[in-house]
Amino acid sequence: MHYDPVLYSRMLTELTLAFHIIFATIGVGVPLMIALAEWTAIKRNDPYYSLMARRWARGFVITVAVGVVTGTAIGLQLSLLWPSFMRIAGQAIALPLFLETFAFFFEAIFLGIYLYTWDRFKKPMMHFLLLIPVVIGSSASAFFITTVNAFMNTPQGFKLQNGIITDIQPLVAMFNPATPTKVAHVLASSYMTSAFILAAIAAFSLLKKKDTLYHRKALKLTMTAALVFSLSTALVGDLSGKFLAKYQPEKLAAAEWHFETSENAPLVLGGFLTKDNEIKYGLKIPYALSILAHGSPTAEVQGLNETPVKERPPLYVHYIFDMMVSIGIFLTLLGFIYLWAQRRAHKNHGRYPRWLLRLITWSGPLAMLGIECGWVYAEVGRQPWILRGFMKTTEGATTSTHVDTMLVLFCFLYILLGLTVIKVLGKLFKNNDVQEELIARGIEGGEA
Amino acid sequence: MNYETIGISVLWIFLYGYLIVASIDFGAGFFSYYSFITGRKHLVHNIIERYLSPVWEVTNVFLIFFMVGIIGFFPDTAYYYGTALLIPGSVAIILLALRGSYYAFSNYGSKDNKFYMLIYGATGLLIPASLSTVLTISEGGFIMEKNGKVLFLYGDLFRSPYSWAVVLLAIVSVLYISSMFLTYYAAKARDNKALEVVRGYALGWSMPTILCSLLVFFAINGHNPQHFGRMVDLSWMFAASFLCFLIAIFLVWKRRGYGWAFLFVMLQFAFAFFGYGASHLPYILYPYITLYHNFTSDTMALSLIIAFIAGLLLLIPSLALLMKLFLFDASYVQGKSSKKG
Repeated sequence: MHYDPVLYSRMLTELTLAFHIIFATIGVGVPLMIALAEWTAIKRNDPYYSLMARRWARGFVITVAVGVVTGTAIGLQLSLLWPSFMRIAGQAIALPLFLETFAFFFEAIFLGIYLYTWDRFKKPMMHFLLLIPVVIGSSASAFFITTVNAFMNTPQGFKLQNGIITDIQPLVAMFNPATPTKVAHVLASSYMTSAFILAAIAAFSLLKKKDTLYHRKALKLTMTAALVFSLSTALVGDLSGKFLAKYQPEKLAAAEWHFETSENAPLVLGGFLTKDNEIKYGLKIPYALSILAHGSPTAEVQGLNETPVKERPPLYVHYIFDMMVSIGIFLTLLGFIYLWAQRRAHKNHGRYPRWLLRLITWSGPLAMLGIECGWVYAEVGRQPWILRGFMKTTEGATTSTHVDTMLVLFCFLYILLGLTVIKVLGKLFKNNDVQEELIARGIEGGEA
Repeated sequence: MNYETIGISVLWIFLYGYLIVASIDFGAGFFSYYSFITGRKHLVHNIIERYLSPVWEVTNVFLIFFMVGIIGFFPDTAYYYGTALLIPGSVAIILLALRGSYYAFSNYGSKDNKFYMLIYGATGLLIPASLSTVLTISEGGFIMEKNGKVLFLYGDLFRSPYSWAVVLLAIVSVLYISSMFLTYYAAKARDNKALEVVRGYALGWSMPTILCSLLVFFAINGHNPQHFGRMVDLSWMFAASFLCFLIAIFLVWKRRGYGWAFLFVMLQFAFAFFGYGASHLPYILYPYITLYHNFTSDTMALSLIIAFIAGLLLLIPSLALLMKLFLFDASYVQGKSSKKG
C-alpha cells in the first residue's frame, strides 16, 4: 500500500479507540453495578449481594488495568498522531482534558482503597461510601472526555483565522450543542452495556451449573438495571436524532440515505445502494425519519444533496447505524421479556426458560457490539472533518514517516493484551466457585 | 507571579511527583522480579506487594496529568514534540501498557506466572530510559524544522554521549530511589530479613547514582554550553542536592532514621530536578518553544489554574487518606490487617 500518514494515523487511532472503548465502557458502568449490589446487600442485610460486589470487583480490576493503559495510549497518541489538531484543541479544550485527569485521579485513589479495605471497617456502610467517589470519578471522566468529542462535532467558543486561534471561551467550548445528548447517551449506554455483560455472566452460569440462588439474584439485579438503562438509552438516542437533524444534518442524512430534502421522510432499514444512489430491498418505515428528526410525521428533513460532495460522510455508515439501533431495540425487548419470565418463574420454582438464558448470555457481547457501532457511526459520520467546519482530518494528521510500523506494533500489543485478558478472566472465573465461596464465607446454605 | 511561571511550576511539581512515585514503582517491579529469579522472593516480595498494590493506578495519573497540562499551557509542545516523538513515544506507550496490564494480571489473576512477572519487571527499567529521551530532546539539537515540517534526527540522538548519560542516570536513579524507599518501608514493617536485602540494594546503587549525575552535568556542557552556564549560576542547588545525598546514605549506613533518610533522598532529587528545571528556562524546547512565545491564551490559563486549585482541594485529602490507610497504618504495613477481597 502507498504510504499515507493520514490513512495510517486514522487506522491507528481507530484501532486504539476500538480496543479502549471495550474497557472504558466497563470502567464506567461496572462501578455503578457494584455499588447497586453493595447497597442492596446493606439495605436487605443479604450477604449474597455483598459477595456479588466482591466477585464483580475482582474481575473489574483486570479490566481497569487494561482500560488505564489503553487510555494512556490514546491520550499520548492524540498528540503523536494529530499534532496540528492538538495545537488548536490544546488551546480551546484543554480545560475538560485537564479535568478528566482529576476525575480519573479521584477514581484511582478510591478504587485502590476500596479494593484493599474489605472487612477492614466495622460498619459495612463505610466500605460502601468509598465506592461513591469511584462511581462519581468514572462517570465524571466519561463526561469530560465526551465533551471533548462533542466539541469536535460542534466546535464553538473560539475563532480560527489563518491557523491562528483567538477569542477562546473555555466553558462555551465545553458546553457546546452536542454535549448534552452525547454525554447522556454515552453514560446511559455504558451503564446498560455493563448491566447486560454482568447479566450474561449470571445467565451463562445458570445454564451451566443448573440453578443457584446466587446467580438468580445476580440475574434479577442486573436485568432490572439493564431494562432501566436501555430505556433511558433509547430515550436519549431519540434526542440525539433531533440534535443531529438540527446541527449535523449531513450525518443523519448519510445514516438514512436521505438524499432529497423532503417532508414526510421515511426511515430505511437495511437494503443496499446502487451506483446511482438508489435504495434496493430496504424496508421503509413511513414518516419515521421525520419523527426521529423533528418529532412530527410531516416535518421536512434536510437531504444529503444539500451538502457539497467533498464534505459528505461515507455512505456505509447506514449499515452501522442500523446495527446499533437494532441491537438497542432487541436488548430493550429482552429486558421486557425477562420481566415477563420473572413473574412466571415465581410459580415455576424460580426457573427460567433455557432459550431466555441463552439470549441473555448473548446480550452482553451484543451490547458491546452496539457500543462499537455507535462510536464508529459517530466518528465516521463526521468525516471528512476533524473539527466540523474548521479543520479537515487530512490537515490534522502527523507528517511523520513511521506511522505504518507503529500501526503493526500496536496491533500486536492489543492482540497480546486481549488474549491475556480473556485467559486471566477465564481462569479467575473457573478457579473461584460460587458455592465454595458461599460456604467458605459462612453464608448459609449455598444450594437453594 | 505571571501565568507562565505558575503554569510551568505546576507542571514541574507534577513531573517531580511522577519521578518519585514512578521510580519507586518501576524499581520495585524490577526488584520483585529479580528476587523472584534469585530465589529470594519470600524475603522481599510481601513488602513490595503490600505497598504497591493500592497505589499503582495513581502513579500513572501523574504522568497523564503532566502530559495534558503541558499541552494545555503550551499547545505548541503538542505540535513539535508530537511530530518528533512518534517512535520513542509509541515505544514508551507500549512499555507502559505491557507493564500496567501485566502487573494486574500477575497480581490479581495468575499469581507467580513467570512470563507475566518478566514482562512487568523488565519494562520497569526500559520505561525510564524511553521517557528520559524527552528531556534529552528538550535540550535542542535533535529536532529540525524544514519547509514547515518537523524532522526528528534519530541518528544524532543515538550518537550523542549526552543522551546516553541521561538514559544511564534514569535507570540508576530509579533503582536507587526505589531501594531507599523499600528500606524505609521494610524498617517500618519491622521485617528485618527484607530490610537487610533492600538496604544492600540501596547502598549498592548510591555511588552509581552520584557518578551518573556528574556525568550528565558535564555532558550538558558538551551539548548545550548555554544551559550549562545557567546551571553553574544555580550551583548552590546542586551542592544542596549532594549534601542531602550524603545525609541519606549516612543514615542508612548507620541503620537509623530510615524515614529521614528517604526524606533526604526526596530532597536530593528535588534540588537537582528543580535546579535543572530552573536553569532550562525560558526554553521548553530549545530553541523553538519558550515560556513566553507559545503560551496559551490568558482565559484558558486562568481557567486551568482555577481547575487545578479545585482539583487539589479534592486530591490532597484523598491522597492523605490513601497514605493514612496504607503507608502510615502500622498494622497494614506489618501485614496484620485484612487482605483484598
